[in-house]
Amino acid sequence: MSGGETKMVKTTIDGREYEFAEGATILEAARSVGIMIPHYCYHPGLSIAGACRMCLVEIEKIPKLQISCYMTVGEGMVVHTDTERVKRARKSILEFHLVNHPTDCPVCDQAGECGLQEYYMLHGLYTSRIRENKVRKTKKAFPVGPNIMLDQERCILCSRCVRFCREVSKSHELGMFKRGDREVIDTFSGRQVDNPYAGNVVDICPVGALTSRDSRFKTRSWYQQTAESVCPRCSRGCNIFIHYNIKRPWKNEGRKVVRLKPRFNAEVNKWWICDEGRFCFKYIDDPDRLSAPLRRVDGASETIDWPAALAIAAERMLAAASAQERDLAVLVSPQASNEELFLLKKVCDERLPGWRAAFSAATPFEPTEDDFLRRADKNPNTFGARALGLGEDKSMDLAQLKRAALEGRIGTLLVCYTDLTGLTGEAGQGWDAALEKVDTLIYLGHNDCATAQRADLVLPAATFAEREGTVTNFEGRIQLQRRAFDPAGESLPGWEILRRLGETLGGEYEFEGPEQVFQRLAETVPQLAGLSYESIGPAGCPVKK
Amino acid sequence: MGQVKLITKYFETPGCEKLPVFESVGGYSRLRRIVEEEWTGEKIIATLKASSLRGLGGAGFPTGMKWGFVPKDAEPPKYLVVNADESEPGTFKDRHIIMRAPHLLIEGLTIAALAVGAHEVFVYIRGEYWEPYRVLKNALDEARKAGYVGDRIMGSGRSVHVTVHRGAGAYICGEETALLTSLEGYKGWPKLKPPFPAVKGLFRRPTLVNNVETLSYVPVVLDIGPEEFAKVGIERNGGARLFGVSGHVNRPGIYECALGTPMREVIYDLAGGIRGGKKLKAVIPGGSSCPVLTPAEIDVSLDFDSLAKLGSMLGSGGMIVMDEDTDLVKVLYRICKFYSNESCGQCTPCREGTGWMTRIMERVYRGNGTSQDLDNLVDIAEMIGGNTICPLGDAASLPVMSFIRKFRPEFEARLSRKYVPSGEIASPGAEGATR
Repeated sequence: MSGGETKMVKTTIDGREYEFAEGATILEAARSVGIMIPHYCYHPGLSIAGACRMCLVEIEKIPKLQISCYMTVGEGMVVHTDTERVKRARKSILEFHLVNHPTDCPVCDQAGECGLQEYYMLHGLYTSRIRENKVRKTKKAFPVGPNIMLDQERCILCSRCVRFCREVSKSHELGMFKRGDREVIDTFSGRQVDNPYAGNVVDICPVGALTSRDSRFKTRSWYQQTAESVCPRCSRGCNIFIHYNIKRPWKNEGRKVVRLKPRFNAEVNKWWICDEGRFCFKYIDDPDRLSAPLRRVDGASETIDWPAALAIAAERMLAAASAQERDLAVLVSPQASNEELFLLKKVCDERLPGWRAAFSAATPFEPTEDDFLRRADKNPNTFGARALGLGEDKSMDLAQLKRAALEGRIGTLLVCYTDLTGLTGEAGQGWDAALEKVDTLIYLGHNDCATAQRADLVLPAATFAEREGTVTNFEGRIQLQRRAFDPAGESLPGWEILRRLGETLGGEYEFEGPEQVFQRLAETVPQLAGLSYESIGPAGCPVKK
Repeated sequence: MGQVKLITKYFETPGCEKLPVFESVGGYSRLRRIVEEEWTGEKIIATLKASSLRGLGGAGFPTGMKWGFVPKDAEPPKYLVVNADESEPGTFKDRHIIMRAPHLLIEGLTIAALAVGAHEVFVYIRGEYWEPYRVLKNALDEARKAGYVGDRIMGSGRSVHVTVHRGAGAYICGEETALLTSLEGYKGWPKLKPPFPAVKGLFRRPTLVNNVETLSYVPVVLDIGPEEFAKVGIERNGGARLFGVSGHVNRPGIYECALGTPMREVIYDLAGGIRGGKKLKAVIPGGSSCPVLTPAEIDVSLDFDSLAKLGSMLGSGGMIVMDEDTDLVKVLYRICKFYSNESCGQCTPCREGTGWMTRIMERVYRGNGTSQDLDNLVDIAEMIGGNTICPLGDAASLPVMSFIRKFRPEFEARLSRKYVPSGEIASPGAEGATR
């Protein structure tokens, strides 16, 4: 081989000859041509254990059955994945897995997502030969960390979680103890599974041994619906699934979002997400959601309708933009999607000339960072905001905005998605006095906060799960967050609020949806030229440098 | 064919565990010859190949060929690991060698290290072998002081450092890759092969793993010459080996016999026949994992190939002889318990299957089984065998299949009589507690 070329080998699987890259495992090669070989311990993101023995296949000229997760394809190799011998072996392996596995499917939270159930329906014996009592193990539904529950009896000892803690999080909390059928996974003495990526062990557990303390028993998997999205918790933009439940609103303590799970993206997060992202969704269903536009009159807030709210906003913003002494300032947050940022800038530029943009990447979150996924910038769209020219020299930063407000130079201030007093460190200090000097404070966001409570006008916005939009991660990969369900109460997607505000201000912004906003955005921003929702695709795509 | 005195002659020399005595009977002369004549690794390996010496730990792989697999051009470090984790029930030969001729092992391992270019040798010794460990350590100290091991052995430019490591008491650590994992400091779990240890072994470096007995025969081969050694045995099964005869014989013990000696000769001539003049009922030829033989099969030639043809194995040479009064149901139950207890727990068929077989066997032993249980046992054993990471699965399943197939009437009798030997088994709770 030279020049990095991949050598290809011809291998026959189930009677058809294919060409595969040399070195590919039989399991992966078969999967690439649509032949699924059952497996438990194999996970593409982990080292090969070869322990579950579920992926046995027959290879001509080799007397014993071989595990396809470890054997690689070879020139002229003839593999059978579906012979009577293979089927018998699979049935037996499943039977072995079930010898000591409690068949507590009706009360196991993995029901519906259990590898044992699924493969048993395909390959099982159906008539049990097991008359013996099962080996009792010590820890039945026992917390092994702040977010993880362990049930040793259900564990099939595939070692995925142990390998994850050893190879991916490199935190080494889990080990395999004892021998034979007394063997268990457990934490090492004095340790708990509390690493920043701990939740992934729940995702990769093929049975109900490791479950999430947050979402277990909240709603059955078959009641959950799924939307593809991008994690909003930092600038990595990990690909996620939003699992939500709107079919049984009385389940999950009334929450719509049940859990977030990682979605594979080879370029961004592979198979994993961090726990900060995984558990960041609680605000979506929080009782403090801003569900209707509010105005404050004599210190008390009252609900108003959208036309009235937007009329007030337009009037105050226009007044400040037109005033000589006092400015209109808009605090732009990279929490917003590209579409929201684009419309905000467009409306202000076209209808409110003289507006002053303030840009802040500050968040209430600790700037945790590591060499794996977590990024110190806790905004999903800083790159996108900068591509739109926000945060450049002509914008104010947060300190400048604060100073301008204190000096009485801000007439109307629109704050987007930022609780000013809740920001970490110095960024969050001194806002009480500064906001005191602002004539009109308008807050656009999704949850109640100190800033919202001070605001003269509150415009309730949808969360990332309730609107469609694109965000661009720190590496310049633009990705799509799909809408999972309707916005809470009367809140509206940010782009929709801004479109209506623009129209209230007398402009014409006839976008039918975020996709049309994005089309205009792609025509306007050179880095996004030629892109569309379709071309972004499920894995996102890099923007032009 | 018959008894020979190649290793056992050292046993019969009083005080041979001491260096001066060992030297007085020719000890270390083979190593000296190799060092002084500056034998190359290739020459040592060629000599071993010519001797037809096979691995005597159980697998019987040709020793010279195995040595040849260690890449000679590989950068150091390369390792030699001596498997002294003798744990197969019925097997006690390595203990005798270490206790009574430790210097023979040290001489053999030094020659092996020179042959494959290993500068570090680890002797992984069974944790329960406290006394052999002490004897070996003493012998190593003597050898080190005399310059047979350590830096610049015998004044040459070659160094062989030897470390003795005590296992923590797991049968599986006698399996060569599990032994290496344990030596690396992890739980003793077998590794997937390939790569084989010769290429990537201890700490992912080229490693030769040999059994105590195999290495102890190396000086013997060089002493009498490979051709002569080969002639002691039969074709492809060179030389002799130590047979550890235990069970219901008049003279249990270690007997060194040429490979090819009939089993009947070992049992009836050397070991003095069945005690009390009773009839022979069954023989396990080479440690508890080997398929059992009936009295009709004991004229087999004791060599790797003949026993394989008979559907059994020469294994470790640990011959367990059972007389007509032996309760084979209990024997098999005991064997099952052993393997389920010692299964490392890594792969599913072995982890779950051995325990399951044991629990079924317990029921059969108590007289609460059915014929279907016997069929199930054979079926379960078939599905464990060959489907596991290491040979422990085979070791556990072969006795089950062979005992039930060859002695099924005895098992059936136990089922129909609902027979429970009084006082032989504790209450279920206590029995369970021992597992």
